[in-house]
Amino acid sequence: MKRLSICLTLALLVGCAQQPAKDDSLYQDLGQRAGIQRIVEGMLLNIAKDERIVERFRKVNIVRLRDKLVEQFCVEAGGPCRYTGDSMAESHKGQNLTPSDFNALVEDLIDAMDAEKIPVPVQNRLIARLAPMRGEVIGK
Amino acid sequence: MSYRTSLLLGCALATAAPLALADNGRLIATGGASNIEGNAGGGITPWAVITGYSEQGEWGATAFATHINLPDYNLDVAGMAVAYGNRVELSYAHQRFDISSLQHKLSLPDDNLSQDVFGVKVRLFGDVIYGDLPQVSLGIEYKHQNDFLIPSLVGAQRDADVEGYLTASRLFMGAAFGYNVLVNGGVRYSRANETGLLGFGGDRRDTRSLLKEGSVAVLFNPRWALGVEYREKPDNLSFAGESDWADVFVGYFPNKHLSFVLAYARLGEIATLDNQNGTYLSVQGNF
Repeated sequence: MKRLSICLTLALLVGCAQQPAKDDSLYQDLGQRAGIQRIVEGMLLNIAKDERIVERFRKVNIVRLRDKLVEQFCVEAGGPCRYTGDSMAESHKGQNLTPSDFNALVEDLIDAMDAEKIPVPVQNRLIARLAPMRGEVIGK
Repeated sequence: MSYRTSLLLGCALATAAPLALADNGRLIATGGASNIEGNAGGGITPWAVITGYSEQGEWGATAFATHINLPDYNLDVAGMAVAYGNRVELSYAHQRFDISSLQHKLSLPDDNLSQDVFGVKVRLFGDVIYGDLPQVSLGIEYKHQNDFLIPSLVGAQRDADVEGYLTASRLFMGAAFGYNVLVNGGVRYSRANETGLLGFGGDRRDTRSLLKEGSVAVLFNPRWALGVEYREKPDNLSFAGESDWADVFVGYFPNKHLSFVLAYARLGEIATLDNQNGTYLSVQGNF
């Protein structure tokens, strides 16, 4: 009995020490970092042609924005990345973005993923990860 | 061109011009189609969504036409709706129910029954996609049956009535093998016979009933949906049974200006004739 409890304690300790296996299937399905970068660049190119919201990006350093978006999408997809950008609330402060602005960006993202032939269920998983950020983006 | 025609044309242009400027801030298909009563929904049920694609500070407007082809009847509907700010929707629909086969059989005085439906729907809270709460809307409809002779002969009590519905809609992302699922459910407080085409209230029951209605649709992508609908109906008239309605539909939203719904509708028994199951086709334009 005593031996059993020692075994159990050991098992628990080992279990706690190990990181739970991270689910990176979305990261893989998006084509890893290279695939995510193609999606982000496609989205930014779509935005550049999108007269509804292009003005919102007029003063933005696009190269930095691309790098931070790639990091963020990578983290959200469960990939081995670290997000080094500002918080969502911080980076959108003072812009007073509308729900329509947010949806326009979603549409540009979907078009970019379509162009990369990302299957709809994979697209839905990424959008589901990003949609909860809407509250920190609009009306700030 | 006569004075009258040019006046009409002028009015049409005057109303169309500002509408053409309407923004489409919402995502595709989130305005739903137009149901047979003119408000945003599926085919036979309302959704909590507001017609068109208006977001905060934007206007939207839709017009639609629907044809339901049944073994013994046809239903034609045309109507329009305007919406503001993803908040409120005003709708109008005119329904014409062709009963010529029944007319021959029973030597009836009319070959059709028609009805006008005026509706207002208000989004109370929530959003169909974003945030924690589902989108919940309250709707009120004023219905006026225009050919009341036949309905009055079979026991209908009045030719006009007001009814309300409360409905909730929510998109569940990736819920069906990774595909998004739209769920709508609500209750209606109504005494309309065959949605009002046979008047309101009856010899068997003249008070409003609480009726359940809802639909579930899978979105294969943002432009294609496959779903089912169900609408409970009261049974106020003793001369014939009234069936609950159901359908299976395919919705296609090629862009934010046009949508199509094709359905197989099971409308059951209508005015003594059973097995009224047939095809439903609806086209909506968004301005």
